[in-house]
Amino acid sequence: MVHEWIGQTGHFFVVIAFVAALWATWNYYWASRKDTVDPAGWLKLGRISFGIHSLALFGVVASLFFIIYNHYFEYHYAWSHSSRSLPVHYMISCFWEGQEGSFLIWMFWQALLGLILMKFAGKWEAPVLAVVAFVQVFLVSMILGSIIPGLDLKIGSSPFMLLRDVMEAPVFALNPDYVPEDGTGLNPLLQNYWMVIHPPTLFLGFALTLVPFAYCIAGLWKKQHSDWIRPALSWTSAAALVLGVGILMGAYWAYETLNFGGYWNWDPVENAVYVPWLVLVAGLHMMIINRKNGTAVKPAVLFTIVMFLLILYSTFLTRSGILGNSSVHSFTDLGLSGQLLLYMMAFVVLAGWLVAREWKNMPSTAEVNVYSREFWIFIGATILSLMAFQVLVPTSIPVYNSIASWFGIELNMAPPANPEVFYTNFQLWFAVGLALLSGTAQFFWWQKMDLARLKSALVLPAVVSLIVASMALIALDVKEPKYLVLLVAAIYAVVSNFFVLLGLKHTNLKLAGGSVAHIGIAMILLGILFSSGYSKVISQNSSGLLYSREFADEVNQENVLLWLNEPQKMQQYQLVYKGQFLEANDAPGYIHKQLLRPTDKPDLYIARGDYYYKGKKYFGQGDSVQVHPENTYYRVEYTDAGGEKFTLFPRAQVNPQMGFIASPDIFRGVKSDLYTHVSVVPDPKEPLKWSEAEDQKIKIGDKFFVNDYVAVLEGLQQVREVEGVPLNETDIAVKARIRIMAEGGSEFFAEPVYILKMDEKTSGNLPAVIDDLAVKLSFTAIHPEDDSITISQSKTQKDYIILKAMEKPLINILWTGTLLLVVGFGIAIYRRYSEYKLLQKKGQD
Amino acid sequence: MKFSHILGILVIAVAVIIIISTTGDASSYVDFKEAKAMAVSDTREIHVVGTLKKDAQGHVTGIMPAADKLSFSFLMIDEKGEEQQVFYNNPMPPDFLRSEQVVVIGRYQGNSFVAGQILLKCPSKYQEQELQPTQQAQFN
Repeated sequence: MVHEWIGQTGHFFVVIAFVAALWATWNYYWASRKDTVDPAGWLKLGRISFGIHSLALFGVVASLFFIIYNHYFEYHYAWSHSSRSLPVHYMISCFWEGQEGSFLIWMFWQALLGLILMKFAGKWEAPVLAVVAFVQVFLVSMILGSIIPGLDLKIGSSPFMLLRDVMEAPVFALNPDYVPEDGTGLNPLLQNYWMVIHPPTLFLGFALTLVPFAYCIAGLWKKQHSDWIRPALSWTSAAALVLGVGILMGAYWAYETLNFGGYWNWDPVENAVYVPWLVLVAGLHMMIINRKNGTAVKPAVLFTIVMFLLILYSTFLTRSGILGNSSVHSFTDLGLSGQLLLYMMAFVVLAGWLVAREWKNMPSTAEVNVYSREFWIFIGATILSLMAFQVLVPTSIPVYNSIASWFGIELNMAPPANPEVFYTNFQLWFAVGLALLSGTAQFFWWQKMDLARLKSALVLPAVVSLIVASMALIALDVKEPKYLVLLVAAIYAVVSNFFVLLGLKHTNLKLAGGSVAHIGIAMILLGILFSSGYSKVISQNSSGLLYSREFADEVNQENVLLWLNEPQKMQQYQLVYKGQFLEANDAPGYIHKQLLRPTDKPDLYIARGDYYYKGKKYFGQGDSVQVHPENTYYRVEYTDAGGEKFTLFPRAQVNPQMGFIASPDIFRGVKSDLYTHVSVVPDPKEPLKWSEAEDQKIKIGDKFFVNDYVAVLEGLQQVREVEGVPLNETDIAVKARIRIMAEGGSEFFAEPVYILKMDEKTSGNLPAVIDDLAVKLSFTAIHPEDDSITISQSKTQKDYIILKAMEKPLINILWTGTLLLVVGFGIAIYRRYSEYKLLQKKGQD
Repeated sequence: MKFSHILGILVIAVAVIIIISTTGDASSYVDFKEAKAMAVSDTREIHVVGTLKKDAQGHVTGIMPAADKLSFSFLMIDEKGEEQQVFYNNPMPPDFLRSEQVVVIGRYQGNSFVAGQILLKCPSKYQEQELQPTQQAQFN
């Protein structure tokens, strides 16, 4: 049955939200005009309309979730993003996996923020919410999915489309009410807890950037050129914090789940959020200067506006499909590019016009003293913008190609072939500058400086950082000059900010936000420096086989081939690949595939034996076991030079939509992480190719060879039950017990079964497969005349994996730095907010 | 001259350097013929877009894995239809044979193209999967 009512309800809510947003913009616009006769009345209408808008949006969210939760696969969105076996928390992820859903979560956050502003913005409510509502108009239009009659113009893409309206399949001609049994499921890369919290965090960050922008526009509009900064400041900090954490969460997710060997790939989609964040942080510093001494209004306005326009630009980049050729994870084109361009242009024009109108009226910043804090912070903001610019220029290469093609020029420009080297060459030196500034500017910040004072303040931190840096050099073996410079600069930033922190302790801990955040940034820099600069591929191919004489210098095979159970040396480690494992729904740990017998259903297996985990039995022989069939884990045992053992389970899946996906497993150490992923595994869909069976007549106690190993037929035993074969009373089943002695004293037992079905007068056998030895033994005949049996054996290729391993030194500094950044921002936001509240109480705002 | 002016000039200078270096380091999409010509004069890596060579039955031909499986070479046909053997120093990417289009990033060394990276475009990677009612043809 097609549940049309829910989709229609959802779509109805979308239309309401759109109309209400337009209406709210109109009402708030009139409420904030000076010449309005009854501003209070307009304000009231504004509140009502924005309230309706928010409620309608919540209705849209609820409808879409209802469709996904109830598995209404007649809806395209549910069908293409969800499936029946998906647990609830991943249903939430598939909610925003699609482009429409991610727009939805974005406007949902903005509606919430709008409601908060409505309550707390005071005199700023009307102009600020006019801007917020106007932005919502554009965002809601993206999921409107309405066709303008007569013009054949489609606005937005609705998440409430029925499958039959989107897909052309012959089945709908036969039966328009056809509903697929199951959806295609959630992209497996997104089935990770980081992906449940990372996108909403990022979109909350995106939504938060709207608040300072709205305040800024309101300030320009109302000609209160610097008054907007105080209320906007804690919002700006919050936006910088949440967006920054969102970016780092994405990095952490990439580190844990993707096999590109790190947390940052300079992918255009990553860059598209990094660029506005840098500008946002620069703007934040301008606002802080303004709060301190009333200057820097123009830069604060400019940075805030540019930051928001960059958010729009990055939205355009990632959602218009323009990056299709250069990014692995941008959205495909939903036909929204025109609309997105319109959205961006509308705000470019609006903000540009306001800035041009007010430029002359804004207070200009007088020439600043080199010993003033303003000067140094301004330099810092300049470096941040240059960093942003350097990333923005190459990331926009696909845009240049498109623009050139409008003029009939084939530009054919491609992104730099080695983005890491390309970007690092610049970003590293900018980072050095930032580290030095963040260390020094803090001293300027807290006291009046002149040359003599500066010298005395800097001597101690400089000496201490040099000592620490030289100790680090000895311990860490940093050779490359540019890394050396960055190391010293970053250590200096940590040390000097730490001194500032010590100096503050006696005065007020509430002021510590800046230095804690700066220490965090410096530690992030150190972490990046070591984990990427000194990341080492340790899985060098040491077999000595060249793949081509011609390219001897180029040979750089960074993978190791591991045969099942055959130890292989890799640097200081001894590696053994121990087979394929699965994860079950109701049992912890990894379960060996040999313990499970597949059934017709891909996620249902039957246990071949008992399964224990940490001494507790979870299932026994014959029990059915629900597994996650998508993922196969490859058990790799490491033994280091000291004899210490640990086990990693890198995983891989062959996904019908995404192809082969490998995810690493990480052994976390204090000094470094050992990062391992599989590069190639045998195709699980390809059936094993067995060699022709060779028959052998064997008596009990005889020794014979199985795949070059010595084996013994230990005995025969009649059995009453055979796995997977129902036996009658009269049937006879005999099991042969064969012991095989392999390398290193390990033993394997094969127990093939011979079955005589008396009523059918047929015989059959159940072979025993030993994966570790890649042999199959079948018990094919009994010869009572000379007390022997026939064992036939066939061989196959041994199971293998090709694996890549990397050492990531000191990556923990990166994560610790992130934590400190959050704490520092937290302190700062709290301080700004309580200041603002105090002022509001005094009636000054 | 005010200090801010000096600063402004500096910023513009850095911006110009950034733009120049971007155009300098940006790679380009070319065909094998151009790639060969370019390899003589500069050391930049370039992108070549093409498809795998297939026989009449549509099977990919010309794949030559190394004995240890840790590298391989293959035959690729660029957009102009030129065929070229491409060497790659890593194991074959698992969806390689299913790919609809491949982009190799690398450069010519002598008469062979050595790829440092391979980007694959698989037919279903970004498209919605086809609806397949055959396996679930139940009519409610």
